[in-house]
Amino acid sequence: MNNRAEPYRLELTGITKRFPGVLANDNVSLHVKAGEIHALLGENGAGKSTLVKMIYGIMAPDAGAIEWDGAPIAINNPRAARRLGIGMVFQHFSLFEAMTVLENIALGLDAKLSPRELEARVREVLKQYGLSLDPHRVVSTLSVGERQRIEIVRALLLNPKLLIMDEPTSVLTPQEVEQLFIVLRQLAKEGCSILYISHKLHEIKALCETATILRGGRFVAECDPRRETSKSMAELMIGASLKEIQRSPGRHFGEAKLVVRRLSVPAAGHFDIPLRDIGFTVRAGEIFGIAGVAGNGQNALLLALSGEVTSPDSGAIAVDGARVGRLGAKARRLKGMASVPEERNGHAAVPEFTLADNSILTARDRLGMVITGLIRPGVARAYTGKVIDAFSVKALGAGSTAGSLSGGNLQKYIMGREILQRPSVLVVSQPTWGVDAGAAAAIHQALIDLAAAGSAIVVISQDLDELLSLCDTIAVINEGRLSPAMAVADADADIEKIGLLMGGIHGESHLAAEAAHAA
Amino acid sequence: MRLKFEKRPEASTAMLYLTPVAAVLITMALGGVVFSLIGFDGFGAVREIFISPLVNAYKWQDLAVKAAPLVIIAVGLSIGYRANVWNIGAEGQYIVGALAGTGVALLTHQMSGFWILPAMMLAGVLGGMAWASIPAFLRTRLQVNEILTTLMLTYVAVYILNYLVFGPWKSPTSFGQPQTVLFSPSQSLPYLIAGTVVRWNALIAVVVVLVAWFVMTRSVFGFQIRVVGSAPQAARHGGFSADRTVWLALLAGGGLAGFAGILEAAGPFGHLIPQFPTNYGFTAIIVAFLGRLHPVGILIAGLVLALTFVGGEMAQTTIALPFPAVGVFQAMMLFLLLAGDFFVRYRLVRVKPKSETAPAAETSTEAA
Amino acid sequence: MSVDLIIPIIMTLIPAATPILLAAQGELVAEKSGVLNLGIEGMMLTGAVITAAVMLITGNVWLAILCAALAASTAALIFGFLTLSLSANQVATGLALTILGTGFSALFGQPFTGKAVPLFKSPFPAELAADPFWRLFFGYSPLVYFSLAMVVLIWWFLQRTRPGLILRAVGESDISAHSIGYSVIGVRYLAVAFGGAMAGIAGACYPLMLTPQWVERLTSGRGWIALALVVFAAWRPFRLLAGAYFFGLVMTLEVYAKASGGGFRILPSEAWAALPYLATILVLVLISMRRSGSTSAPACLGKPFIPAT
Repeated sequence: MNNRAEPYRLELTGITKRFPGVLANDNVSLHVKAGEIHALLGENGAGKSTLVKMIYGIMAPDAGAIEWDGAPIAINNPRAARRLGIGMVFQHFSLFEAMTVLENIALGLDAKLSPRELEARVREVLKQYGLSLDPHRVVSTLSVGERQRIEIVRALLLNPKLLIMDEPTSVLTPQEVEQLFIVLRQLAKEGCSILYISHKLHEIKALCETATILRGGRFVAECDPRRETSKSMAELMIGASLKEIQRSPGRHFGEAKLVVRRLSVPAAGHFDIPLRDIGFTVRAGEIFGIAGVAGNGQNALLLALSGEVTSPDSGAIAVDGARVGRLGAKARRLKGMASVPEERNGHAAVPEFTLADNSILTARDRLGMVITGLIRPGVARAYTGKVIDAFSVKALGAGSTAGSLSGGNLQKYIMGREILQRPSVLVVSQPTWGVDAGAAAAIHQALIDLAAAGSAIVVISQDLDELLSLCDTIAVINEGRLSPAMAVADADADIEKIGLLMGGIHGESHLAAEAAHAA
Repeated sequence: MRLKFEKRPEASTAMLYLTPVAAVLITMALGGVVFSLIGFDGFGAVREIFISPLVNAYKWQDLAVKAAPLVIIAVGLSIGYRANVWNIGAEGQYIVGALAGTGVALLTHQMSGFWILPAMMLAGVLGGMAWASIPAFLRTRLQVNEILTTLMLTYVAVYILNYLVFGPWKSPTSFGQPQTVLFSPSQSLPYLIAGTVVRWNALIAVVVVLVAWFVMTRSVFGFQIRVVGSAPQAARHGGFSADRTVWLALLAGGGLAGFAGILEAAGPFGHLIPQFPTNYGFTAIIVAFLGRLHPVGILIAGLVLALTFVGGEMAQTTIALPFPAVGVFQAMMLFLLLAGDFFVRYRLVRVKPKSETAPAAETSTEAA
Repeated sequence: MSVDLIIPIIMTLIPAATPILLAAQGELVAEKSGVLNLGIEGMMLTGAVITAAVMLITGNVWLAILCAALAASTAALIFGFLTLSLSANQVATGLALTILGTGFSALFGQPFTGKAVPLFKSPFPAELAADPFWRLFFGYSPLVYFSLAMVVLIWWFLQRTRPGLILRAVGESDISAHSIGYSVIGVRYLAVAFGGAMAGIAGACYPLMLTPQWVERLTSGRGWIALALVVFAAWRPFRLLAGAYFFGLVMTLEVYAKASGGGFRILPSEAWAALPYLATILVLVLISMRRSGSTSAPACLGKPFIPAT
């Protein structure tokens, strides 16, 4: 503000972008100064990713103007963006699994370099920012953190004037996040602007000088996050004061409902993680959280619990004392085990099917929607209507297709479909992933109510804040192994410890080794 | 004012059923123009192929005769295609079905009885199933793609047919001609209407359509097929086994193709000859798509394709149009139908001026 | 086995393998970009009938091959328009292309059926091409040498050039390639057109060196074998060569079984004729048994790509 004479590095005015049925960006403005770390803050679905895709030239705005160093400009494609000096690190990496690090970097550069020159440049950048990465490894063999480093190196090789980071920390351990912040601060000091997209308030407070807040595709406010409280920013982001989760105090747990003992599952595919010797117990009324960085076996665990992947050992999983390890998904449901996988479209629900048909998918046997091999559509419609009412799903009715619902509404329907079956055990993965705050609160409340009614619940999530506010007990999954369970209430589950577990550090000796390695 | 394509929030049901009709109509128009340009009597060809058999009542029987096998095979294929099981070897399953049924006929040639024809039909169904079970086994056990195996087995089936009719099964009274003995009356499919060429297979085709319609819409089996085809992961989540579905889909397709094979052998052919394979198994692929993989649609599409065969034969004599022209018309229909699929998922909308956006827009991946 | 027998077997095997090799090379490039084109058989028939027609009308072999490549490439672009621009199902559209090619070639080829087409002979001096030993190296049609050159050329293109790297990237992850600014659809159009041209030249092999005439359906399913060959070769150009020559050997056995009888009598001639198709299945089984878990197929093979704009 004091050096207003100097033009902004990037200035957006009145940017509008419409998708069929959605106004993703509505008259959004944004100003980023040179050398500034600028946060773009908003809930899932607030329009952050759409906005930066237009800055990087992947999409074209329907209306609005972009200025770069004071000059109006049109960014028609990513190549043009890179020519200006805009680099981007994607939330979902733009990497090629079967290719080497070097090939991946070459694809992101427009300059023609021989492989040897390129390797020299890459090693130079790695050294300059203290990053470690082997240029000849194939991407599929790398950890998520290493993959992100490829994207960062790819961006840094351009000597960027603006670096866009789209939700960079959602896949990192707290310790890896610290390392990333060191690199970003160094870059900013060298004059590179950074546009940092996140919905994690404490990170923004720790890193950014300015924050632009979006809600429902619109500009809400620009503020200095260092002067705001997390609560004030959260309220700007959500647009309402936060509702506390209601739970009855002094709860006690009943008998063990889900017992997992020495559960091991071999890796399904080349890029998958095997599960090794997983064991935990969930009691009636208990919500058991499983934390971990993405890609550490969460998917395999959900599939192994839901019965989509069976175990050769029938005693590996027991529901209400019944050994279900060798049973498939259908048989486990009959025993009282329900599940909600992380991917809504195509896994938990069939987008082209009506909601009534989607109810048949998982509720047909428990609720008598099928008799002697024939479907009773009336029963399915009635149950679906009940779910829609009980969970305030915004849908025209049981006949609308799942694909026509918004992410939050579809998630509410799916959660409702399982919860109203009154399962003994419910396993959910990422229950509020990509869901707006209102729907998330409703889903959390429904889970708590189901637990209060005596079911055992397992919540697998990458959102540590969600787990800490929701769960009674927490364990961490890392490389297919599950840590011992920790009670959330007795502060033995502090962030530091969970963070280390997420990074695969167990016990003090590993900690020392890590410290030595980092030095 | 500009126009652009925009993804529909939901696939259009109206378009789903309109596009096959449009595909046929556009084929008639476009085919007429194209054939005129390359020196044929283009619109004469369209008239002979698409109109003449309809206005000549005596050709209606021929339509029923040609449509019956196409419909029976296509219903079976549609079950597979809905589950994303790409059985393109119905021709082979059709041949093996006919061979199995004929095997029974040769064993029972000196006998008579009402049970012989049903036994032949059963053998036909089982033969087709057996032939389709090879790709099913290879796909479920060894992840071998069924597209290639079903097709390769078609060629193998043709050579088995040739071997048998030129060798062990050659009729002793055929004066050296490669053919089996003629089926006896109790081995032949009776006429449905006396004095016509229409046999029971026409009625059987309608029954197959009705049964398939009921099964696909009302039974858990049909539900399973639809889920596996639309979202295999969701099917697993719902407790449906992918392998079992592949087996069911291939057995249904193979069984019905084999059934059509023996009906054809015991009906219009009356014995087996090397010319027995007449590409019904391949044409049925077009029938299945043109009928939108829906049993009733397939019944209509089967009649349309039968129309082109009957009309093509007429055009050969009336306007000297070479018979392969029929294949070109059929392929055009399929291409136009597949192109029409686009309009099921997209619609044309007006966009405000000044915009420079390109066509096609998928919903935002923001939430992802 | 004596040299007298081995040389003629090799001399039959290599030309017999050449059309499948050429067609498979084109398909390999298309598949590397993520497009599965099942229409090879139709494009080969188109190439074959155009070659025969142009040869019988003009007698110019180069023009014939050029026209075959262009015609098949045009057919491939129809496929490309449907699958890439209209995002139609690639399996169904490929089948439609084969049906179209079969119908078109049968119709277009009627006036030319059965008429002898002059052979496209070895470009080397007759002393070398006809010598009992040296013909093993110099006695083939230029199409054979072209197919061998393409093995190296395609390998070099895919592994050593930047456009090749981009093509592989598009087939590996269309979303990533799009988000860093490559035209996924554009690259795929080029790859599909190239695949079509190669299938057309593969079709040209029949009238120019194998049959040598046009008859309906003269490729008899070889286009489908080419598809299997790409899977068998795990999308590697040099393994494509080995696989094609293996199939060449199998098909040569059929020729010998028909011609000579003798030791081939142990099986009926139909069994020998069915051998290439059975071998295809066997090869697919073997390759899937050896590959445990992961496949080497391009990750986006057969999936439509719809960019958000």
